[in-house]
Amino acid sequence: MADLPGTESGLLAISGLDCFYGEVQVLYGLDLVLNKGEVLCLFGRNGAGKTTTLKAIMGLVPAAAGSIRLAGKELTGLAAHDVPKTGVAYVPQGRRLFADMTVAENVEIGLMARGKGKATRERVLDLFPLLRERLKQRSGTLSGGEQQMLAMARALCLEPQVLLLDEPTEGLMPSMIAKIRETVAKLRDLGVSTILVEQRVDAVLSVADRISFIENGRNRETVDVEELRADPSAVRRYVGVG
Amino acid sequence: MKDASPAKIYALHIGVIALLFALNFVLPDYHQGLFARIMALAVFAMGYNLLFGYVGLLSLGHAMFFSAGLYGAGLAVYQLGWGVPEAFVAGVACGALLALVIGLLALRTSGVAFMIVTMMFAQVFYLLILYFAAWTGGDQGLVIQQPSRIIAIGGASLDLTNPTVRYMSALALFSVVLLITLVLVRSRFGRVLVAIRENEERTKMLGYDTVANKLVAVVASGAICAASGAAYALLFGYIGSSFASVQYSILPLLWVLLGGAATILGPLIGTLFMYYVTDITSGFTSAYLLIVGVALILLVLFFPKGVLGSVRQRWLGWLP
Repeated sequence: MADLPGTESGLLAISGLDCFYGEVQVLYGLDLVLNKGEVLCLFGRNGAGKTTTLKAIMGLVPAAAGSIRLAGKELTGLAAHDVPKTGVAYVPQGRRLFADMTVAENVEIGLMARGKGKATRERVLDLFPLLRERLKQRSGTLSGGEQQMLAMARALCLEPQVLLLDEPTEGLMPSMIAKIRETVAKLRDLGVSTILVEQRVDAVLSVADRISFIENGRNRETVDVEELRADPSAVRRYVGVG
Repeated sequence: MKDASPAKIYALHIGVIALLFALNFVLPDYHQGLFARIMALAVFAMGYNLLFGYVGLLSLGHAMFFSAGLYGAGLAVYQLGWGVPEAFVAGVACGALLALVIGLLALRTSGVAFMIVTMMFAQVFYLLILYFAAWTGGDQGLVIQQPSRIIAIGGASLDLTNPTVRYMSALALFSVVLLITLVLVRSRFGRVLVAIRENEERTKMLGYDTVANKLVAVVASGAICAASGAAYALLFGYIGSSFASVQYSILPLLWVLLGGAATILGPLIGTLFMYYVTDITSGFTSAYLLIVGVALILLVLFFPKGVLGSVRQRWLGWLP
């Protein structure tokens, strides 16, 4: 399971990452380590740089400086469509499904991307039994929670080592939030390492192993969840809530 | 596109081809000629639909691909004395090559910029035709005489000026392109194109090289439009600069929108509808474009996704 917090043996290691949107610098020498089989949560206010960090990993925002290494392999400089081939899958905020396609077609397009077959499809659908009942339904007509599950299912069709989830519980009702949380925990048990961007403390504490507090484009502190439970002052310090 | 057996889908399209085949024997001469023209131009619309309907790229420059085929084949016959089959291949090759070059440049843009860039390239192509009038015939165009439009097969010969041969040749091209399009859009490649149309960034995030896929679509679309242009030159014996004008970039868009974007048979229905509405209304009044306009407005109001697109949405969800 998880190595010691922030050790150099991490599966995904980001160091000294600078990113810009045009002239505006968003990330300032950001350092981050995701260990194998852990759930790392990025926590911070709006505009802190959490989503930009995920986009930089995926090659959607170019790195002006620094490095992003997955199991020792440098990801910066790769074309955005080549990053998923290294074993990273991304579920963006707002789900972004292929709304006119059915659930089955959405899953299929994920499977085709890496040439995966029926076995992967079955494994993924076992994680989301609700989707199995909706295979012929147009994905644009699913509820918010079901859409989130489908977005995750499609990403998991790539059989990633690292899953990036950007606010997966945003706008969902509590029962769906619980299901998403359960799925993230199950994925950890299956060996998938996850970076989870969240705004809600309660949505994070029960599922994350460590939390990195992102502020003004920097990783201010990474703490173990157990430590945070014992002393929630870090949450108050960086986000102003507890 | 929900659940229909491939047999049912192929049966429908082969049925349409069979119907068009049978029409050759019952249509009066005038309508036989009109149908041959419609089928040749429906191929143009199908090529356009591949890019616009399935990839979501709105081009305003497809007249250049149609004209590349038209002039590629027409000039090969007229200026070089080539036979019909070689000239047809030359026309398609010209369109495909041009589409590759234009695709490499224009795909650096998207949305409105893509529309403008393709329109500008098409205007350049149009002006080049006028500039090299000594070769192309300029705005007067060139007429390909009957002896140049005969295909010798062994001891026999096929005269493309013969109405039945012309009809059957147009039908053959239409059928081949229809079936190729059907196979293409149902293939892995076709599904990726639809995914790009729905959300390009997401498709990229799944590991698809969206630019490469779009480039292949541009080349396939250009080649199909060029095949239509080449067939038009050889079947109807005329090449002219008007086919490269912006009007011929807008027409396929209109045909596809009317018939139903991202439907296989929509381009045929749209082309057929436009030709016959224009043909019928022009018999009543010289202000026929006014009536055509009203007809188009009504169609858009009641069939916002085009005829076949609306039919698919309301009743036949399985239609490809």
